[in-house]
Amino acid sequence: MAQVEIAFDAPAVDWWVLTPQIILVGAALGLLLAASLAPRALPGWVSTIVTIATGAATAITAAVQWNDWGSAPRSTLKDAFVSDGFSLLLTVLVGAGVVMTALVAHSALDRYEMAPPEFAALLLASAAGAVVMAGANDLIVLFLGLESLSIALYVLIALAGRRASARESAMKYFVLGAFSSAFFLYGIALVYGSTGSTNLSGIGGFLFGSIRETDYLLLAGIALLLVGLGFKVAAVPFHFWAPDVYEGAPSPVTGYLASIAKAAGFAALARVLYVAVAEQSIAWAPILIGLAFATLAVGAVMAICQNDVKRMLAYSSISHAGFVLVGFSAVPATSGLVQWTEGGGDAVSSSVFYLIVYSFMALGSFAVLSVVGAELQSSEPDASAHALSRYGGFARRRPVLALAFTVLLLAQAGVPFTAGFWAKLGVILAAVDARGYVLPAVAMVTAVVSAFAYLRVVLAMYAPEGSSEDEGGTPTARASRQRWGNLPLTSVFAISLAVAVTVVVGVLPQTLLEWSRDAILSIVL
Amino acid sequence: MSGLDVTTGWYLTLGAMLFLIGGTGLLVRRNPLIMLMCVELMLNGVNLSFIAFADRFGDVHGHTVVLFVLVVAAAEVVVGLGLVVAVLRASPRATADDLSALKG
Repeated sequence: MAQVEIAFDAPAVDWWVLTPQIILVGAALGLLLAASLAPRALPGWVSTIVTIATGAATAITAAVQWNDWGSAPRSTLKDAFVSDGFSLLLTVLVGAGVVMTALVAHSALDRYEMAPPEFAALLLASAAGAVVMAGANDLIVLFLGLESLSIALYVLIALAGRRASARESAMKYFVLGAFSSAFFLYGIALVYGSTGSTNLSGIGGFLFGSIRETDYLLLAGIALLLVGLGFKVAAVPFHFWAPDVYEGAPSPVTGYLASIAKAAGFAALARVLYVAVAEQSIAWAPILIGLAFATLAVGAVMAICQNDVKRMLAYSSISHAGFVLVGFSAVPATSGLVQWTEGGGDAVSSSVFYLIVYSFMALGSFAVLSVVGAELQSSEPDASAHALSRYGGFARRRPVLALAFTVLLLAQAGVPFTAGFWAKLGVILAAVDARGYVLPAVAMVTAVVSAFAYLRVVLAMYAPEGSSEDEGGTPTARASRQRWGNLPLTSVFAISLAVAVTVVVGVLPQTLLEWSRDAILSIVL
Repeated sequence: MSGLDVTTGWYLTLGAMLFLIGGTGLLVRRNPLIMLMCVELMLNGVNLSFIAFADRFGDVHGHTVVLFVLVVAAAEVVVGLGLVVAVLRASPRATADDLSALKG
């Protein structure tokens, strides 16, 4: 037995760096405490307001911190956690995602019979996990962030457990989530065994500082890390769970899953690949390209086969993950060194831009689905909720909402003058710069294929009334045929926010492009 | 010392085997409770690997990792058992094959 020296010196804690997480966790605990101490059940709007305020405070804190030390990142807890432009930009995104999810959920909680304080606390706890993932500079901290995000999400879906579909969705997500976490953890163990460290910068420094033979332990570890994170971001072939889970989960939670949870997974992927094991990029770059190919193709092809709008959006979210992977894999891997300042940074920043833009489009789209789900359910209680045929004549009943949904869908398809266009253009250009034309060509073809899936929904909404069977007849449908009547205001606000971001970034992408670029260039390597 | 010299490699092999048994069990078995146990088996295989590496390096870090993993595994089991109970309460004797309403 080797002697283990135990000399514990407590690491210095920079509380100001950790403020975003403290706000999120503090609000979650406070809300739970207040809910259990209150003499009667807290009204729903209290939880919603607290959640929105917390999300906004997190985003604002991160923005202030970025302003303070954006170009000179800080780290704390013995380098286990860093606060650089990358983590702060994603923290702002998480804050915005929490705000939008809370707005959408406010009107939907009753329908799913979910308790507002529990929902809000779990949402905030999962957001704290996402923020930790974005700034983790240690594989174990990354794992803890991943688990707090995931475990909170399992329960968030299961809260709607009165519905069989939600129970099934939660169970599937749990089993595959736990499975992938185990893979991720085994990857950490092997990387630790090979390099003697779990610190991302430490691993990176060790690998660059040593000339070694091929290390199969390390390669196996990297492969396992890729499998674990591949599950989390739903990259093909690790995507089986995504359509089922997205379909069965309550729509507001699905929006959160598709945007923030996915963004956090990609943030973790970026840190692991570019900070820790960049030196081995010759080994992992081909895998990443293969994942990008498969994810693009399967996502787009399966999306056009779906007759359920929610499921179609789930597959389209897989295809969007493929586009993000295109940007990730466009980092030049020629010398085994990530050429961060010459092209590599641009490639990853195009992915970050894509993630941010896509998050808003996904949150907005699933917000629309949440509103539509409520209407279809109230007019016709059997719940095969989002069949494409039920969207017939939707533009007639809800012209404004249908227009907003159309904008969001067209943006996802990548139509010019929407944010989605610049996002797709960015990753494809980065891929063209990096290597050949095969991957960009495939990306463009799949963009066209998935555009067909979005246009099908748009056409169904604007189809003449006669083509849909459940239109016009029932008195409830006639009563709800008014522009704004009984639309939940909070959801409308969230949807307008998403549409506004999509259109404004589509017309003026420069600011967000610069932010993503600054974020990537200031990443702690 | 007589007989076999038990080196780090042995522990790593045992850890890998536990991980594989757990992983295979998760994919093969249909009882939700057994699947939960298989997840635990996978995590404990990883824990064993961590301890073996930490012991070889003489590094306390690997040992502390195991404590974190234990806590996470406990949290996961709490949620997992809750889910299993919710599923079984709705339909007693359910197996993973019964959870297949969502497809397409």
